[in-house]
Amino acid sequence: MAVDPLIELHGVNKHFGELHVLRDIDLTVGKGEVVVVIGPSGSGKSTLCRAINRLETVESGTIRLDGRPLPEEGRALARLRADVGMVFQSFNLFAHKTVLQNVSLAQIKVRKHAREAADSRSLELLDRVGLAAQAPKYPAQLSGGQQQRVAIARALAMEPKALLFDEPTSALDPEMINEVLEVMRQLARDGMTMVVVTHEMGFARSAANRVVFMDDGRIVEDRPPEEFFTAPRTERAKDFLSKILKH
Amino acid sequence: MNVLIDNFSLYAEGFLGTLELTVYSSVLALLLGFLMASFRVAPVRSLRVFGTVWVTVLRNTPLTLLFFAVLLGLPRFGVVLPFEVFAVLALGCYTSAFICEALRSGINTVPTGQGEAARSLGMTFTQTLNLVVLPQAFRSVIPPVGSTLIALAKNSAIAGAFSVTELLGTYKTLSELGYNIVWTFVWIAVGYLIITFAISALFNALEKKWGVAR
Repeated sequence: MAVDPLIELHGVNKHFGELHVLRDIDLTVGKGEVVVVIGPSGSGKSTLCRAINRLETVESGTIRLDGRPLPEEGRALARLRADVGMVFQSFNLFAHKTVLQNVSLAQIKVRKHAREAADSRSLELLDRVGLAAQAPKYPAQLSGGQQQRVAIARALAMEPKALLFDEPTSALDPEMINEVLEVMRQLARDGMTMVVVTHEMGFARSAANRVVFMDDGRIVEDRPPEEFFTAPRTERAKDFLSKILKH
Repeated sequence: MNVLIDNFSLYAEGFLGTLELTVYSSVLALLLGFLMASFRVAPVRSLRVFGTVWVTVLRNTPLTLLFFAVLLGLPRFGVVLPFEVFAVLALGCYTSAFICEALRSGINTVPTGQGEAARSLGMTFTQTLNLVVLPQAFRSVIPPVGSTLIALAKNSAIAGAFSVTELLGTYKTLSELGYNIVWTFVWIAVGYLIITFAISALFNALEKKWGVAR
């Protein structure tokens, strides 16, 4: 893997005030790869994920997507973001739009597709995440798991080169987590390039090509999931795994 | 009652003057307020600074002083316009500062995640603002914008002091004609009430149709 890099970070640093949240991050994600980022809270994993499409700016280092450096604010950045989908912890569906409009909006306004074409593609995608029947409803009428699946369909509607997941199941009731993870597993099987920040170790084991373990703003380990979970190299990772895998 | 019937055309002229000032200034204030609110949340620093200065200067200047500045100041720079237009400029710019802040408070009620989601889909700043943030902000700014426009209707009385025809100014003529000052003012007050109640009714209707569902 990683022969054909899609996302490349080199020497990336970022501070939040005094806090050094990203320290000399080097990370390469190849086309079709699924990289799961785990670590204790405050370790910088969400910031890393958000830096990839510049929702967080970085102070030093380079971030490249498909070989091109991340542009500054403006139209070029908007174009690039259209190619990198993002799924958030709090879903962030547009509250004033129906489910169908949520999925169609950017296709029409950013990709300039005709409304009919956009809507029919949206329905296809909603069907794929099992929610075609909910198309005319508003986000507030759906459960958390359903909202998150709509958010995934909305990101997919842009035909992205890669998808970023920022703790997609952390705000969900336990029984809804699986319906979202199942959609994500299917995407992984279909060859989508994915960076997933999560606490779902089961997903990391079953779907990831690599597990990246972060602590205190650094990437501490970056290895295939079986190796990482059975024989972590660092004390910090051993300690982390012993705490979360016990119960 | 006599004062109204005897001088109906004078009252009507004043009423229409106030109505015109209110409508034109409101349109100007809404447009400028919208523009300034966009500036104040823009990703470009110079626009944010411009918006902040605009609001700070206009919100902290007494309206009467602003009228003097516009009516006496602009002609010195060769800008000569009818007094009515100057009055609309002064009232509109002054009120736009308050509209801007009302809109901005509405923008702040929209969770930041909505804007992030829009940007992550590749929308530009303008698209994010117009398609996602402002439609949701709009629902919560209806009441404060209504209040601001009512204040504008009443502030228009200041224009009377600068020889613009408006409702309050009619009292001068009427008291010279020897009419009872109390009744003169009662009918003036009724005229203002008609305008302010109309604004209230409009914004109540808007709130019923678009307001946040509870």
